[in-house]
Amino acid sequence: MTTVHERADTFHDNDQKPVGYGRMLRKEDPRFLRGRGRYVDDVQLPGMLHLAILRAPVAHARIVSIDTSAAEASPGVRAVVTGAMLAQQGLAWMPTLSNDVQAVLATDKVRFQGQEVAFVVADDRYAARDALELIDVEYDALDPVIDARRALAPDAPLIRDDLEGKTNNHCFDWETGDEAATEAVFARADVVVSQDLVYPRVHPAPMETCGAVADFDAVDGKLRLWSTTQAPHAHRTLYAIVAGIPEHKIQVIAPDIGGGFGNKVPIYPGYVCAIVASIVTGKPVKWMEDRSENLISTGFARDYIMRGEIAATRDGRILGIRTNVLADHGAFNGTAAPVKYPAGFFGVFTGSYDIEAAYCRMTAVYTNKAPGGVAYACSFRITEAVYLVERIVDCLADELGMDPAELRLKNFIQPEQFPYTTKTGWVYDSGNYEPTMRLAMDMAGYAELRREQEEKRARGELMGIGIAFFTEAVGAGPRKNMDILGLGMADGCELRVHPTGKAVVRLSVQSQGQGHETTFAQIVAEEIGIPPADIEVLHGDTDNTPFGLGTYGSRSTPVSGAAAALVARKVRDKARIIASGMLEVSVADLEWEKGAFHVKGDPGTSVTIQDIAMRAHGAGDLPEGIEGGLEAQICYNPSNLTYPHGAYICVVDIDPGTAQVKVRRFIAVDDCGTRINPMIIEGQVHGGLTDGVGMALMEMIAFDEDGNCLGASLMDYLIPTSLEVPDWETGFTVTPSPHHPIGAKGVGESATVGSPPAIVNAVVDALKPFGVRHADMPLTPSRVWDAMRGQARPPI
Amino acid sequence: MQVPAPFEYERATSVDHAIGLLERLGSTARLIAGGHSLLPMMKLRLANFDYLIDINDLHGELGYIETGPDEVRIGALTRHRELLESTQLAAAFPIFADAERVIADPVVRNRGTLGGSLCQADPSEDLSAVCTTLDARCVIRGPGGAERVVSMEEFHVGPYETAVADGEMLIEVRLPVRPGCGSAYEKVERRAGDWAVVSAGAAVWLDGGTIVDARVGLAAVGPNTTGIPEISAALRGREPSESLFEQAGAIAAASCDPVTDQRGSVDYKRHLAAELTRRTLRRAVERARS
Ligand SMILES: Cc1cc2nc3c(=O)[nH]c(=O)nc-3n(C[C@H](O)[C@H](O)[C@H](O)COP(=O)(O)OP(=O)(O)OC[C@H]3O[C@@H](n4cnc5c(N)ncnc54)[C@H](O)[C@@H]3O)c2cc1C
Repeated sequence: MTTVHERADTFHDNDQKPVGYGRMLRKEDPRFLRGRGRYVDDVQLPGMLHLAILRAPVAHARIVSIDTSAAEASPGVRAVVTGAMLAQQGLAWMPTLSNDVQAVLATDKVRFQGQEVAFVVADDRYAARDALELIDVEYDALDPVIDARRALAPDAPLIRDDLEGKTNNHCFDWETGDEAATEAVFARADVVVSQDLVYPRVHPAPMETCGAVADFDAVDGKLRLWSTTQAPHAHRTLYAIVAGIPEHKIQVIAPDIGGGFGNKVPIYPGYVCAIVASIVTGKPVKWMEDRSENLISTGFARDYIMRGEIAATRDGRILGIRTNVLADHGAFNGTAAPVKYPAGFFGVFTGSYDIEAAYCRMTAVYTNKAPGGVAYACSFRITEAVYLVERIVDCLADELGMDPAELRLKNFIQPEQFPYTTKTGWVYDSGNYEPTMRLAMDMAGYAELRREQEEKRARGELMGIGIAFFTEAVGAGPRKNMDILGLGMADGCELRVHPTGKAVVRLSVQSQGQGHETTFAQIVAEEIGIPPADIEVLHGDTDNTPFGLGTYGSRSTPVSGAAAALVARKVRDKARIIASGMLEVSVADLEWEKGAFHVKGDPGTSVTIQDIAMRAHGAGDLPEGIEGGLEAQICYNPSNLTYPHGAYICVVDIDPGTAQVKVRRFIAVDDCGTRINPMIIEGQVHGGLTDGVGMALMEMIAFDEDGNCLGASLMDYLIPTSLEVPDWETGFTVTPSPHHPIGAKGVGESATVGSPPAIVNAVVDALKPFGVRHADMPLTPSRVWDAMRGQARPPI
Repeated sequence: MQVPAPFEYERATSVDHAIGLLERLGSTARLIAGGHSLLPMMKLRLANFDYLIDINDLHGELGYIETGPDEVRIGALTRHRELLESTQLAAAFPIFADAERVIADPVVRNRGTLGGSLCQADPSEDLSAVCTTLDARCVIRGPGGAERVVSMEEFHVGPYETAVADGEMLIEVRLPVRPGCGSAYEKVERRAGDWAVVSAGAAVWLDGGTIVDARVGLAAVGPNTTGIPEISAALRGREPSESLFEQAGAIAAASCDPVTDQRGSVDYKRHLAAELTRRTLRRAVERARS
């Protein structure tokens, strides 16, 4: 464990790149900064047509009739397709990633506002869009189910009458932990605190919306699909299963992707429509959804209505945590999580604390809202879990009259307890929480902040200090228990070193902005000593990369990062044998020093990896049994998840007259194990923290009682700008993962997971003089003002 | 990409050319100035027009800020950014710079115009509240060069509706200059660049220690930006004091007409109307004194 306070002021320029880990500018940035990125919407193919989707204007209605004749006659229109037509081909429904089905185009009913009803293919995007206005759909309105709390009422309208024998809106039940043991610790606890919490529905809102270009060649039977996907290989397999096209005849290409955040994990009806349209018209077809379509119809996140309960001794020893959750999954269950984990990794709701018992019971329901329950920068529902535990720990501190930092410090799992099995069965690989927490407190000047707060309170000023300490579970996952629709979550990786000592590494994961092209080049560089600039990183094209499950849930470095390190070691092992031949010594007499082998005790007698590469491809004999070439391939199956942790402290000021919240400071100390490129880690943290400010203070996909989505544009669905966020103060500790080949843990979502509770805790802390113990997100000025007047209300 | 319905487009070469086109094409045509209100509505297909008449080439003719002893005249095509950066305007009416700092973002401010803001007649439009506060007069020109001048109360006839008829356009806004003036603007928004939850403008005219006249304009709390004559009546002839501002705030809260929406509840908006009225009056008085 090293504890270092981060200084970000020395950036290496591209001429001084480290050969391995360290701070360096991103290899991919020149093309993004110069506008030379190539996104799905940049794909232009000869004769390409454009597709636009007609969407349901209402949340719940039976389709009486659809008249497409006027649209078909509209100039430039090549085809108009309805659900009935797809049904004839058996393509009207498709499986979701969680073993439910979802309509590609509605046949019987529409089940949420924005659902896909028909599509038009036309010569250009304008003609396609204009023709949508000419499709005449007659609807027979049905009562919608909007409030998840009413979904299981006996008189609630039935949403999923497409499912055989379904008589209610129940989606699934799930439980974890030990109910009786938890009951027992609650019964003997001095103090029990219970709090209702809502984590409202939010949306990933990536800058690039979803879309695809499908190009089906009827002669060779090959489908090429450029699409906004975070998981090209998994998508290819699913298309093969759904559309019946042989898998070797499908090439899925995820080019540059303008942000994913989980939004681009599912397969959306639009992708399938584009494929169908290309098959039907014999032309390449592009579909790009617009901003409103993205917001109203694609994978949302959260939407958990939770009751949290915590039991403790009077002196602040936490005994047990219990929770009851009502999960709103929308009209179809599109959760993208390993199938055996319908609630994702919510089971880590016991947080970073050594407790005696825990129990969770969850019920998920269908409602007339956009489908999903999908991840969104949430590490499979850990966002909700961490919010729950970090909020109720604060409620407990309030009840006990204890400082929230002290309470946390008192209950942390201790370093010698790792690997630590939680009361819900998760095996935390490594952790050392107290130094991380202490570093954050030092950076914040915690004691001084509390003094300042006391003075301000005396003057009637509202200042709050909020803490969140999180442990994440990322890097799904071990194939023994984690798969998505039967596909194990292991990742392949392939490395080839060219004769001149340059290399190409092919990944199964796919970047949406995380900086894979740099991080993975650095991982390989660290292992074989070829500079990152000399390593091409290929990803996102299923014809050119090995199989793997993609980038989401912070899994790239834990899974594919391990694969990249191991494949490089495999190449290095071969290089060692070739070097022994070149230097005419035994393998055991060679010493590796990043980039070269030398004879032990004789550093002057050495060969570089570049020399070895040339020999591997060149003339002359190689050692006995060694094939030419210098390349390797592996598939890495993680033995466990990795468990990064972090301590976040937020300071807010609230204007007592207007109730506006200003985030004054935010201290984030992250421990993601071995740090490959600190600049990229900081970038991930900065983005996640900004996201957290959005969720805590302004973001929410709201619906009116008829099921109209009230967040259908970025004017209504607010995302934060640089003006809402402070200068982030980041720090780190390093507790390597014991089972990961390079000790790295994921970090992509840590900040999104950890920051909302820190901010909410800070706001609630500021409002303490008003007797406030809890207020739900989003903490808009109006809602904060309600809380100040003792009228805090859930947002739904 | 959101795409609007088909339309035809022409660039006007003079004010009279624009008015001629408007007259000929009637209600199916719209002027496009900065386009930052019109184009979003067209892309969302909330508004469809057959013809757009682009008046951006008329910036030489309609983009100006002239400060005189009795009046400040601002051309309808003056951009937000020009209003923000004008030192003359800031000297006469600091309320403009206060407001412009919180309107949208630099991209919108580079293009959006005073005329477009007033003609959009959005109940949340900040410049409408500013002009209401300053008792602005709007100069409307019609066919044959006929001009009429209307007050802000007459100009806004309802949400998204103005006194500008087919075949007419707004060409200038006139702000009367009186001695002893101080003005200020304040807005509560959920996020930078968001439309107001509530905003308030205040202007006071002092003579010695006495308020000769005072005006308050509120945005986002009624069908149009609201001037509140009762506040003027309550403040005239009085000496500025915290209790007087309290009283003005109470009148603002009582006389506005907000609705509950995603931005906030009715109660909160009334509270803000009072709070922001107090704050802007306080600052306007400070400025009038200095
Ligand atoms: C992201 C965003 C955020 C914004 N935030 C704010 C905000 O916080 N506060 C705020 O007040 N505004 C805000 N706006 C609106 C912005 O100020 C607009 O620029 C302004 O409302 C309209 O000015 P425009 O020149 O763009 O008008 P346009 O969009 O070109 O026109 C608007 C309407 O006025 C008509 N029109 C324009 N000029 C004339 C004329 N001379 N005579 C007659 N009719 C005319 C047009 O025909 C049209 O109907 C925001 C806009 C955006 C896009």
